Amino acid sequence: METDYAIIGGGVVGLSLAWGLLRRGLTVTVLDGDDGSFRASRGNFGLVWVQSKGMNQPRYARWSQQSAAIWAEFAKELGANTGQDVPLEQRGGYDLHFSEEALEAKLAKYETLKAQLGGDYPYEVLGHNALRKEEPHIGPKVVGAILHHQDGHANPLRLLMALAADVRRMGGRVLTGKTVTDVTKPDGFRIACADGTIVRVGKVILSAGLGAAELGPRMGFKAPVRAQRGQVLITEKLPKLINRPSLIARQVDEGGIQIGATNEEVGLDDRVTQPGLSGLAAKAIAAYPALAKAQLVRSWGALRVLSPDGLPIYQESATMPGAFLVTCHSGITLAAAHANLMPDWLEGRDAAPNLEVFSEDRFAVS
Amino acid sequence: MKTASPFLEPDDGGTRVEVSLDGAPLLLSEGANLAAALLAAGVEVFRHTKVTGAPRAPFCMMGACYDCLVEIDGVVRQACMTEVSPGLRINRPHEAEAHDDPA
Amino acid sequence: MIRRDLVIIGAGPAGMAAAARAAELGLSVSILDEQLRAGGQIYRDVDRAAALRGDILGKDYKHGATLTDGLRRADIDHLPGAVVWAIEEGFRISYSQDGQGAQIAAARVLLATGALERPMPLPGWTLPGVMTAGAGQILLKQSGVLARNAVLVGSGPLLYLIAAQMIRAGTPPAAMIETQGRGDIISAMRHLGGALRGWPYLLKGMKMLAEIRRARVPRFTGAQGIAIEGETRAEAVTLTSAGHSRRIACDTVFLHHGVVPNTQAARSLGVGHEWDHLQNCFVPALDEWGQSDVAGVFIAGDGAGIGGAKAAEYAGGLAALKIAEELGRLDPAACMEQAAPLRAALARERAPRAFLDAAYPPCVEALAPADNTIVCRCEEITAGDIRRYASLGCLGPNQAKAFGRAGMGPCQGRFCGLTVTALLAKANGRTPDETGHFRIRPPLKPVTLGELAAMDSQMQDAAE
Repeated sequence: METDYAIIGGGVVGLSLAWGLLRRGLTVTVLDGDDGSFRASRGNFGLVWVQSKGMNQPRYARWSQQSAAIWAEFAKELGANTGQDVPLEQRGGYDLHFSEEALEAKLAKYETLKAQLGGDYPYEVLGHNALRKEEPHIGPKVVGAILHHQDGHANPLRLLMALAADVRRMGGRVLTGKTVTDVTKPDGFRIACADGTIVRVGKVILSAGLGAAELGPRMGFKAPVRAQRGQVLITEKLPKLINRPSLIARQVDEGGIQIGATNEEVGLDDRVTQPGLSGLAAKAIAAYPALAKAQLVRSWGALRVLSPDGLPIYQESATMPGAFLVTCHSGITLAAAHANLMPDWLEGRDAAPNLEVFSEDRFAVS
Repeated sequence: MKTASPFLEPDDGGTRVEVSLDGAPLLLSEGANLAAALLAAGVEVFRHTKVTGAPRAPFCMMGACYDCLVEIDGVVRQACMTEVSPGLRINRPHEAEAHDDPA
Repeated sequence: MIRRDLVIIGAGPAGMAAAARAAELGLSVSILDEQLRAGGQIYRDVDRAAALRGDILGKDYKHGATLTDGLRRADIDHLPGAVVWAIEEGFRISYSQDGQGAQIAAARVLLATGALERPMPLPGWTLPGVMTAGAGQILLKQSGVLARNAVLVGSGPLLYLIAAQMIRAGTPPAAMIETQGRGDIISAMRHLGGALRGWPYLLKGMKMLAEIRRARVPRFTGAQGIAIEGETRAEAVTLTSAGHSRRIACDTVFLHHGVVPNTQAARSLGVGHEWDHLQNCFVPALDEWGQSDVAGVFIAGDGAGIGGAKAAEYAGGLAALKIAEELGRLDPAACMEQAAPLRAALARERAPRAFLDAAYPPCVEALAPADNTIVCRCEEITAGDIRRYASLGCLGPNQAKAFGRAGMGPCQGRFCGLTVTALLAKANGRTPDETGHFRIRPPLKPVTLGELAAMDSQMQDAAE
């Protein structure tokens, strides 16, 4: 065996897992695609987000909370190891509302979830005037917001870069430009790539985002992941306008304001459209009217990796024990958990978190 | 501004109109390319970069480099894509200072 | 929404020639130009400037006026100051004019967006007072503005043209620092046949060199180790030439080592590009009419591959002919017949290209800058940064962009794209084609959120 693990997919999920395993003294080979691959790790909104997760599955809300709670320490460690800062701000985040009815409906759901979590779900409701004190630039159409204190945002690209550096520093072997074509288990795992590269390892993790749809079934997984496009806008660098992030807009550490996002089922199409951009611009201006004069500098479409219920999938293969599927659409929020808590699960340790609810059993046809 | 501009401007016989630069009045040739007119008037620095606060001035003169950005009547625009008209209010915000310290 | 047979983007020689011919053939045409006045860069502001400065600028410049005249027909819809920010399939072109967003539909699109200066990252190149030679030309052409104390740095015939123009205007350059050496001219001799076929062009070049000699402008050839000094503005250029180190004081530096196709719009449409080894840049893959590998998208002029102003005119004409034929306004035989003289003229114009490209290659040290030289001007990313991203697994510019923001600024990689590709290719031991280029997406030019949002409600109103 060349290394203990091979990780197929070098995005934030794959690199977080690689990092965690390397820290436990295990050896890792990461197989990553090329410059043109769809990379959700490169196109996301950078939120480290607790609210709205697991509205129908408290265990997912809890998992998100656990990750958010250890994110700062994770970022600090990456920064100290690599000399590369991973900007993070966790001062809460908003769910902004333009109608009282929608706000009330959401609140009812949050109340239910809070009860299921034994009261550990710290949020408060801000009416327009209270919100205005926190966000001087909020527009008149915003009737109020739910402020959840465990929310925050990070610089996802710096996270990715720091992970790439630290994985290498710890001796992780990273092979780039690789397309995995086949995974077999003669004894141990044999991974074959399109360019003829063969890698032999003890265990395999499939964390290739949308790539799992094709490769997964051949490894004994259902891998029911699909693409959902989110168009995102980013403005020129601006003076401070937005204090806390929301799904509508956040001001990134470099000064630009990021505006998101659409939810489109268009297959593997990551282009942007004028109607998509215009709709997002209109919503952002409704929330923060001062943005009308801001210049849009860039836009992109990124493909979310969605399971049918939107929750992560963590599954060991029944037909190929030692092969694991790890996929989610909140790779940034869950990066800290993937790095610090998942290795115990992969290694079958007692300290492993209970991730039953994320198994593929839930997709069984009854 | 230096008193002797590094640039020589012809006398095309055009009308001079008043604009303001950072609040101070300035006479420029009506209809002239704004970046060219400002350079000829001795303006050396048009803006400072957001990342390190480095001084910048026009580089390409054809709307591709964005180094000639100035604020014109409240909107940030490329000076090289703008023509001089009477009453233009031109400002050169120092972006490196204007940007609040992010958390 | 207004619908046209043909929408042309860019009112330089290719765009103007195509517009006139297309209108003549009965096509409905709109020509969108981000510049306020037609002429592109080569004939910048020719309608106003030819009378004022024609003698300094030369006969070639004044020819532009015949093309701008050709636009003044009722059946050509010329939109000056129209900044295109998106082209979507169909085609639907979104643009901004006078702070208002608008859209126009087209059956065919002709991209005639011309060229950009090849990026020339040298130490100190971001200082105020440093500009491209093209910028120097534009200052002279459009505004009659001259640099009193300028040094020209780089290689290529444009440097001689601008030097000659400065001499005629009474402000000769303080010096010319040329990076091509004897070896380049000698290796170019294998293309001499082509050069001689394009003899009028060569003759012009020789005349300019004679003017420069007569004016006693100091020339330093085979220059290396070039750096621009200054605290808050350019103050001097240092270099080594013929074994001697020199420091030349100046107030302005004009940089140039060739022009390259402006591929932003083409890339945003997914047009395929290939690396051209002779011209050291990416060029779109086109057929002999200028049709790209994206149906309905044509490219003509320097944006299709560097060929100069006259070649651009002929290529614009060819594209218009083919589009008219495709839209049923011209039968194939007539199309071939009218194309023949254009093809012959185009071949004559292209004849000296290989010789010039070989004789005046890009400045080697600007193609592979030192670690602490800025390569991404907008985000102030250095060559060393890019090399570091390669070591972190970045195979191509899009991953490098994610790591370091190179290409994320307002210029969207126009001035760093080629450099980033070259640095990554070298670091990863791959070709430029394998390495790729920045993914380009709308907005091609910044547009305010307010304008974008207004289009949203326009669509809603239209739907009601």
